[in-house]
Amino acid sequence: MYRRTYEEEFTIIPEGNRKSPVIRAVKPSDEKLTATIREAIEKSGLKDGMTISFHHHFRSGDFILNDVMAVIADMGFKGLKLASSSLSAIHFPLIDLIKKGVVTEIHTSGLRGALATEISGGLMDRPVVIRSHGGRARAVEAGDIAIDVAFLGVPCTDSYGNANGQSGKAICGSLGYAKVDAEYANHVVLITDQLVSYPNMPASINQKFVDQVVVVDRIGDPSKIASGATRFTKNPKELMIAKNACDIITKSPYFKDGFSFQTGSGGSSLAVTRFLKEAMIKADIKASFALGGITNPMVALHEEGLIEQLFDVQSFDLDAAVSIKDNVKHHEIDASLYANPHNKGCMTNKLNVVILSALEIDTDFNVNVITGSDGKFMGASGGHCDTAACADLTIIVAPLIRGRIPSVVNKVDTIITPGSSVDVLVTERGIAINPLREDLMALYKETSLNIVPIETLEEIASGIVGPKKDIQHTDKVVGIVEYRDGSIIDVIKEVK
Amino acid sequence: MERLRRTMMYVPGNNPAMLADATIYGADSIMFDLEDSVALSEKDAARWLVYEMVKNGDFDNTEVVVRINGLDTPSGHKDIEAMVRAGVDVIRLPKTDSAEDIHAVERLIEAAETSIGREIGSTKMMAAIEGPMGIINAFAIASASQRLIGIAIGAEDYVTSMKTKRSPGGVELMTARSQLVIAARAAGIAALDTVYSDVENDEGFLEEVQLIKQLGFDGKSVINPRQIGVVHEAFHPSDVEISEAKQIMLAIEEANEKGSGVISLNGKMIDKPIVERAERVLELAGFGGGQHV
Repeated sequence: MYRRTYEEEFTIIPEGNRKSPVIRAVKPSDEKLTATIREAIEKSGLKDGMTISFHHHFRSGDFILNDVMAVIADMGFKGLKLASSSLSAIHFPLIDLIKKGVVTEIHTSGLRGALATEISGGLMDRPVVIRSHGGRARAVEAGDIAIDVAFLGVPCTDSYGNANGQSGKAICGSLGYAKVDAEYANHVVLITDQLVSYPNMPASINQKFVDQVVVVDRIGDPSKIASGATRFTKNPKELMIAKNACDIITKSPYFKDGFSFQTGSGGSSLAVTRFLKEAMIKADIKASFALGGITNPMVALHEEGLIEQLFDVQSFDLDAAVSIKDNVKHHEIDASLYANPHNKGCMTNKLNVVILSALEIDTDFNVNVITGSDGKFMGASGGHCDTAACADLTIIVAPLIRGRIPSVVNKVDTIITPGSSVDVLVTERGIAINPLREDLMALYKETSLNIVPIETLEEIASGIVGPKKDIQHTDKVVGIVEYRDGSIIDVIKEVK
Repeated sequence: MERLRRTMMYVPGNNPAMLADATIYGADSIMFDLEDSVALSEKDAARWLVYEMVKNGDFDNTEVVVRINGLDTPSGHKDIEAMVRAGVDVIRLPKTDSAEDIHAVERLIEAAETSIGREIGSTKMMAAIEGPMGIINAFAIASASQRLIGIAIGAEDYVTSMKTKRSPGGVELMTARSQLVIAARAAGIAALDTVYSDVENDEGFLEEVQLIKQLGFDGKSVINPRQIGVVHEAFHPSDVEISEAKQIMLAIEEANEKGSGVISLNGKMIDKPIVERAERVLELAGFGGGQHV
């Protein structure tokens, strides 16, 4: 497939139609309940070379992908394209399946653990395609990823395929990524460990999309799918960064009644929400909505009336997963509504403020959240470039130094989010404003905040830990980083 | 104007990450510790680490203090030699009981200054008083050397020697704290209070800070960066205090211009203590010392 290279955030104008899945009729007498995963695979019509998909709502507690792939391998399939919304360390058994030729292509948001290390070392012949959450939804809708069979783990479903993540033995809250796959895959298999009576409502995934339902003993480890209330960080450095990020928000023109925001789930990001709460009460300001991965501090603000509505593509903790059931204004949204740049308006378009993290950020404000200081895969694209491109104020929070590794460098190893999307970098040793934002530069210079050029932060970091070590790569491309609009923004090469 | 010493933050001398981050939290002084927080087997490593940090670190306006091991240990002499070479601002003695303890360290500092050609007297000292004998001798200690910039109370050892333990409100420390402040004031140097170890108890910490501020201490030793803001805020004068102090200083300026001997403001005479208090208020409010507020 011919691919364009990245130019600017909103240059690509899409053409053509959305992909349509195959039409299949289910008669009143038809039964969707299937005894085993193997039987479901047999009925799905899976063939060598086809594309199969999974979601990552069960995070590192997921049993579905490994269990299904083991059966697929056992049945002798080869050359499959794996399009998971993301992959985590628990998916290391894929290493063996790649070696055996069962999986020959991977599309994902991120890679972690042994699988990440092996792929960085050249395990696969074809490069992994890294997409953002909005970019993946776009690719599925446009047919760039044409899903033949979607295997979707769900915390509960009835026998006809009405499923949600709010009830069951292991709840995950929102099924935002899975909803896209259910709608566009030619064949949809739901896998659950909690079969409930028909009709199961609310139906995050509803029966008209579902071909089969399989009941297994366990879909995952509940403690790793949604762990209890996230504790606030006590790390003084993270708190300091969070306080500064909060000051950036409250002194910005976007901090007014009805504003909207999104944060990540890292220590500093969560703490920003706490500081923001105090500032919102003090200034008598309420947010109209919070978006994206929903966390328990956001739920707390919502329940206190400080955030009117929550739009949840992924519930980050148990509190968020429970809230989606209890709070009527806590809405479950799919990844396309969340951040797909090529629909008729995603919610990130309406975002005022986003707080994001970074493994590395360079002096042009380009951000890397996918490869580590050793050049190997270790993170995920997530909604990073989606929200950064759209939000009025994009703030990156990062400690200047992690151990002996500088976060601010002259050039990032891999670009996930282009510098033109980033407005402010907050570190513990100073705050840098993107010179492209002359308005913000003028605004913050008038405050008591410690505003410094980003080059100064790079100098401080390298002054303490030395310059960034060059990573030795071969010429083999092991990863393609696709920007949310489908263009290629960077490639990742094999580490020597 | 004398520098502010509202906070002196303890940093273990054997933790590179904490050493590197020591300056970012805005403490008025940072104290790299070679003594109690460093295990015996790591004394040499910590000394070299702190030496490199003091020598090469960028401390801007932050005062750099190193707590050395006592001269009765194998490390004490080496610590002094290394820290004078590194160019430390202040060497802090632990467990000081008498003026002679000060003199003994001062002789070693002077010898080190001489041997490396550093200006004699440029290395300052402070003393921690951690037992009843030190409290009895507080003024003798505080006035033992021109190098001394302050004395501090170390409460844990002190209360143990006194056959008691620390309590909320600190009644067991009241006499010692008062005597220490009096000695410091009589000698014209700073008085620093002991650490508050329960970093999770924000309320108890704030109460203790308010108490020692009222007693007249310059500041407090802190063991967690999260405590710094609490101390600085507690020591920060109110808007009313600041505005009054500004008026007083303005009245003095006007009186000086007129060549008037008697200065009055709103019908009240302004005497020396009032002026000194106004100066202190403005200093704490950040209008004088160029310090973090």
